[in-house]
Amino acid sequence: MPQDIDEAFLALPLRPLADAALQRARDLGAEHAAFRLERIRSQHLTLRDARLEGSSDGEVVGLSVRVLHQGTWGFAAGVELTAEAAARVAEEAVALAGIARPLARTRVELADEPVHADVTWVSEYAVNPFEVPDADKVALLADYSARVLGQDAVEHVSARLSQVLECTFYADTAGTVTTQQRVRLEPELEAVAVDAEAGTFETMRTLAAPVARGWEYVTGEDGTVGWAASLDELGPLLAERLAAPSFEAGRYDLVIDPTNLWLTIHESVGHATELDRALGYEANYAGTSFATLDRLGTLEYGSGVMHVTGDRTTPHGLASVGYDHEGVAAQSWDIVRDGVLVGYQLDRAMAHANADALGVTRSNGCAFADSPGHVPVQRMANVSLQPAPDGPDTAGLIERVEDGLYIVGDKSWSIDMQRYNFQFTGQRAYRIRHGRLEGQVKDFAYQATTTDFWGSMEAVGGPATYVLGGTFFCGKAEPGQAAPVSHGAPSALFRGISVLNTAEEGGR
Amino acid sequence: MTITPQEIVERCLELSRADGTLVLVEESSSANLRWANNGLTTNGLMRERSVTVVATVGAGTGVAAGVVGRSAVGPDDLEPLVRAAERAARDNGPAEDAQPLVPGAAAADFADPPTETSPSVFGAAAPALGDAFGRAEADGRLLYGYVEHEVRTTYLGSSTGLRLRHEQPAGSFGMTGKSGGASAWVGRAARDLADVDVTALDAELTQRLRWGSRTVEVPAGRYDTVLPPTCVADLMIFAYWSMGARDAHDGRSPYSRPGQGTRVGETLSTRPVTLWSDPGAPGIECAPFVLARSSDDVQSVFDNGLPAGRTEWLRDGRLDALIQTRHTAGLTDLAATPVVGNVGLTVDGAQGTTQDLVAGVERGLLLTSLWYIRPVDPMTMLLTGLTRDGVYLVEHGEVVGAVTNFRFNESPLSLLDRFTAAGATAPAYSREWGEYFPRAAMPPLRVPDFNMSTVSQAS
Repeated sequence: MPQDIDEAFLALPLRPLADAALQRARDLGAEHAAFRLERIRSQHLTLRDARLEGSSDGEVVGLSVRVLHQGTWGFAAGVELTAEAAARVAEEAVALAGIARPLARTRVELADEPVHADVTWVSEYAVNPFEVPDADKVALLADYSARVLGQDAVEHVSARLSQVLECTFYADTAGTVTTQQRVRLEPELEAVAVDAEAGTFETMRTLAAPVARGWEYVTGEDGTVGWAASLDELGPLLAERLAAPSFEAGRYDLVIDPTNLWLTIHESVGHATELDRALGYEANYAGTSFATLDRLGTLEYGSGVMHVTGDRTTPHGLASVGYDHEGVAAQSWDIVRDGVLVGYQLDRAMAHANADALGVTRSNGCAFADSPGHVPVQRMANVSLQPAPDGPDTAGLIERVEDGLYIVGDKSWSIDMQRYNFQFTGQRAYRIRHGRLEGQVKDFAYQATTTDFWGSMEAVGGPATYVLGGTFFCGKAEPGQAAPVSHGAPSALFRGISVLNTAEEGGR
Repeated sequence: MTITPQEIVERCLELSRADGTLVLVEESSSANLRWANNGLTTNGLMRERSVTVVATVGAGTGVAAGVVGRSAVGPDDLEPLVRAAERAARDNGPAEDAQPLVPGAAAADFADPPTETSPSVFGAAAPALGDAFGRAEADGRLLYGYVEHEVRTTYLGSSTGLRLRHEQPAGSFGMTGKSGGASAWVGRAARDLADVDVTALDAELTQRLRWGSRTVEVPAGRYDTVLPPTCVADLMIFAYWSMGARDAHDGRSPYSRPGQGTRVGETLSTRPVTLWSDPGAPGIECAPFVLARSSDDVQSVFDNGLPAGRTEWLRDGRLDALIQTRHTAGLTDLAATPVVGNVGLTVDGAQGTTQDLVAGVERGLLLTSLWYIRPVDPMTMLLTGLTRDGVYLVEHGEVVGAVTNFRFNESPLSLLDRFTAAGATAPAYSREWGEYFPRAAMPPLRVPDFNMSTVSQAS
């Protein structure tokens, strides 16, 4: 049973403001205009050693108007919720299009989209975290923290909880009107062990991913995360890590857990298949992509077992939504099939301008802004590596490795401006010998070039190994915008990947 | 808006039933232009207002704080906002960082209205950009970039009498050029966009692209490397951000002696380096008092309004101070040196420019900018990242061509001890962190053995 859209949001003068803004844009000659009014509530709690360190409760409300005027975009935003102010923002958007026109190179046109007249969409959750008393939230996090703090080897524990309730009203001059609500949250605990004698410290974090779920995810009532076990393992894992041997650099076979692999997918496939990057729009900031449009259909991205999809429909996915900020309905599509690049993430202008090369007639709904004051840009869908229907479990993959590592949980990450060279560490890694797990090692980082890495993927695990990871903070665009996105992945086996010893890298 | 920021401050303070109250109102406006492939792509004009109310309840060691922020606040929204903050304070229970609110009086400029920016700030930059597009088009270059100007005016009022105002203008300009296989970047931050000479920056970009017309193959390895001020900013801003006293005290930072407190007093570099922050530093001025909208590991809402002056974090190579709240100052028995919104590095006696350092290199590399910098080993502050948009081979003191990009693994703290030459400190816009932290002043540094771990094919 879907939840209702927040009444306080619906009580805002959504339609009168939209009418005022869109009418003014029409009167000033805009061929297309879109009005968006958004309210984003957020709350962040941090606890340090089971005591509240900081809390903040924020709410951003604002409206924006984006116009296409004589083939040029203009965008303006404001926070005053009156019809006069909405119309003034429309005027400012048209005026800015006028300033931009002499410097614009191409005439912008939009790919067609069916009109979605007055539709609503709400993400799936049971308990809105903003309806849970703050005292209960702090008490639960303090309880979780104390459980970790009481373990041998644990010196300190940090707990963080971020929660977002996002309500969006969108209306455009074509007649599409959407009202949507999304809930998401991210609970995280990190334990610290300090070895005073050796003068060192280590950290270990819970692996529960940020998700589009409600408070039931934090309490564990929905059964997604076994919190007791997740918390109780941190101390023993840290004790093992402190005593673990440093890992010798070299080429190894890797079994990568979905709790780590989601981020590698995000960086090396998700960003690389954003069409705006491939076309150079992000060249000054987030960067470009080696996966250029001329290679669509031919680029061998990875081995034949690589099947990557993009979607805005996965339940509880952070990028899942009913309609994007251009009024395009959510879809799912292939990005890499049988190891070959077959699709991109699009917005309406790019879908129109590159329709022949892409073989599409419609955007796949990837235009979003992160806040009411920001312009929509092409943002990442849930980009996920599909499991093999009859694939093995993680142990089955480990059995196939003579000498290697099993890497769990994400930690450090970095990739170059064209999405070739990356380096990742993890929360922990276990030595694999003769098909069996030995203990943890430390000082590891894996480093590869994107197509070599995915080309070395020998096998993916079955559906039982598939886990949805993700982040609240995918960064892109100028001015900078942060978007939430999920990535599903099975466990997967890679052959002959370069693993560095980070202590050697640092000259220790 | 029919209600002024000052009226919001006063009304919230009047409405409050808490034992202590702080109100922060921020009015901001910004304008931006973005371009790609020699043409404008997006633009924006944005106005925002945010109101944050901090309510404190209780006395002595049992004081609790509640923090609630809202945008788009009208007169009718103030009472619910204040009550929500009071409720949050009661729900939260005693705050570990509780301190008496800072006493004070009304500053002379508190009554001044907020300052706004508008697209007119592009009056000089936009035509110059159009000319640059024309030259690029004629010569077969492609330009990509972004220019922005914003002004944030913050009003702080407290139940202890503080009435402070801070106006923070911030402008930035960044442009990437591509030609053939070559890629180059230039960037500047300035309070006033009139101080950014687009035509001169375009000329610098064009020269770098010319350097890139000849390519030389070099393998990964350790190189004698000249880092321009922007790259030094990329690394040193991270070193500054990591200076939280609480993490150091807890044994979980590179500034810790694990299990034994902080490293304050230790020599971190044998070189005469000073890492400083100074709200009054010319060109990178920032708030001379604490503005904290939440408590975390480096700031405390209780410290709002606390004066923040020039602080030398490293003095002559010795760790002298860490980022403190009054609470952590008590824990660590060190001075309460709050976080400041700028950072600088000065090497005693160093003179000259990046080019002067290049002139002294027999065979080595000159970098343009660094990117995607992330911590790898928090104990040593080992960072990984990539070079971006231009790495040049230097032979006999001159640039002889462009080489590939690299992934590096390096620690800023280690670099501060290993560099062999430095230039004069100058304003530096970090490619990696500039959008969040635009105010830095850095020297160029020459490092004899910078660790280029692997080749990146990116171009």
